[in-house]
Amino acid sequence: MMSEEIIKDVIVGENEDYIINMGPQHPSTHGVLRLEVCLKGETVKYLIPHIGYIHRGIEKMCEAITYPQIIHLTDRMDYLSAHINNEAVCMVVEDAMQIEVPERVKYIRTILDELNRIASHQLWWCAFGMDLGALTSFFYGLRDREYILDIFEESFGSRLLHSFVAPGGLMHDVHPNFQKRTKEFIKYFKTKLPEYDQLLTGNIIFQNRAKGIGLMSRETAIGYGVTGPSGRGSNLACDVRKIAPYGAYDKVQFNEILETGCDVFARYQVRMAEMWESMSIIEQLIDNIPEGEFTAKMKPIIKLPAGEYYRRVETARGELSVYVVSDGNKSPYRMKFRTPNFSNLFVMNEIASGYKIADLIAISGSLDLVIPDIDR
Amino acid sequence: MLNKEEISEIIRTLVPEAVFPEGTQLLEVIVPAEKIFPIAEQLKTDSRLAFDYLISQTAVDFVSKFTVVCHLDSTQFRHLIVLKAELVDRENPAIDSLTALYPTAEFFEREIFDLFGIRFNNHPNLKRLFLEDNYGYPLRKDFRDEVNIIER
Repeated sequence: MMSEEIIKDVIVGENEDYIINMGPQHPSTHGVLRLEVCLKGETVKYLIPHIGYIHRGIEKMCEAITYPQIIHLTDRMDYLSAHINNEAVCMVVEDAMQIEVPERVKYIRTILDELNRIASHQLWWCAFGMDLGALTSFFYGLRDREYILDIFEESFGSRLLHSFVAPGGLMHDVHPNFQKRTKEFIKYFKTKLPEYDQLLTGNIIFQNRAKGIGLMSRETAIGYGVTGPSGRGSNLACDVRKIAPYGAYDKVQFNEILETGCDVFARYQVRMAEMWESMSIIEQLIDNIPEGEFTAKMKPIIKLPAGEYYRRVETARGELSVYVVSDGNKSPYRMKFRTPNFSNLFVMNEIASGYKIADLIAISGSLDLVIPDIDR
Repeated sequence: MLNKEEISEIIRTLVPEAVFPEGTQLLEVIVPAEKIFPIAEQLKTDSRLAFDYLISQTAVDFVSKFTVVCHLDSTQFRHLIVLKAELVDRENPAIDSLTALYPTAEFFEREIFDLFGIRFNNHPNLKRLFLEDNYGYPLRKDFRDEVNIIER
């Protein structure tokens, strides 16, 4: 009894908080994010995210440049959903100028959205496996993502930051090989996606790391504005493609994936199932792309009528909404991007407190954060 | 699901002083700045409206005034409303915080404070989010930065 008391006195900091900085340079934060983590032993008591390391003032820059130029800045927010970000800005401009884009454009945009979503989820899957210590998943995911990036490169000339969408349509028509190669990819990836499940989903070590960790109730998700696969893992129906269909989403049949597990594994399952849904959407559209123009007739200088415009789209990580205040000039008076990762990040204190520090890596991985999207 | 007229009718009975501008893309309502918290509380708790999801909160500098803009959504009915409040005081703009209703507002409000210098009463942790403490408020229209921004 006596000796135990002495030992307790000797352990320095037994009753003190221990604060460490995770980041700004840390492999598991996937960018320059600093988490100030307060620990009690190995358990996280609370954490404070510090952001702003890659703040470029995109909203301020938008006030000085024209709408076609703004599209190139939105690539640099969520670089893994570049195409979907571009589309959001274009749709705001089209709404304001009351331009009806050709059917062909809607189909191609939707197919590219879904290809972009698959590529993004593949990269998330690689990195998530690596966060948890499984290196092989990184090679599997990047190998298959190459196919999509090659399709993008052939059509747009760029692999990551496309800026392929222009107000009124597309920059230019897609490459003649586009349909053939996309169908080849779908056929190929349908044989490869079950391998992902064999490698990670059914793995008992992985399941023990992911199940029951980072519980986020539906109420928490709504309160913190968590959207995308992270929100749908908590049974929150928040898919903008269903709520307010845009592009060709009203012409296809697809399910909104909802899971009731609320934990890291539920968010993992949502993303895996979404890859199947995205492939199904592409399959429904790829053979039916109508012939026609690749862009509507546009004036050389784009000026929005004075007023306020708002548009929301579903990126790979959740709801992106664009709010534009125009005073009738060729650059916006005020432009606000409500980015999905901004809201998804700040729920972390709520859902990671009380778990071990190793689980913190799994939780931050399951939220699929892209840091430039938070800082803008 | 209610349409725009029905929602504005309900809000008129709840909040007589609300103003509904004409010809807007979404349903907008302008409320007095000092009453934004009780009004948002009514919008959230009224079972016919149930605006429980704050999509985004931001501000616009119209030089003569600041407008705080909140986009609200209902996860139950999926209708949208834009809640606006105008602040005339440029020297010391302040408005009530919505953090007690929507936890996500804490960070949107820190961003607005960082970029516009609008203070939020009853905010748990009103600190700058992106920039350094002595930077100025870049999204104000009278912001000048001779070092980093070249005027053309």
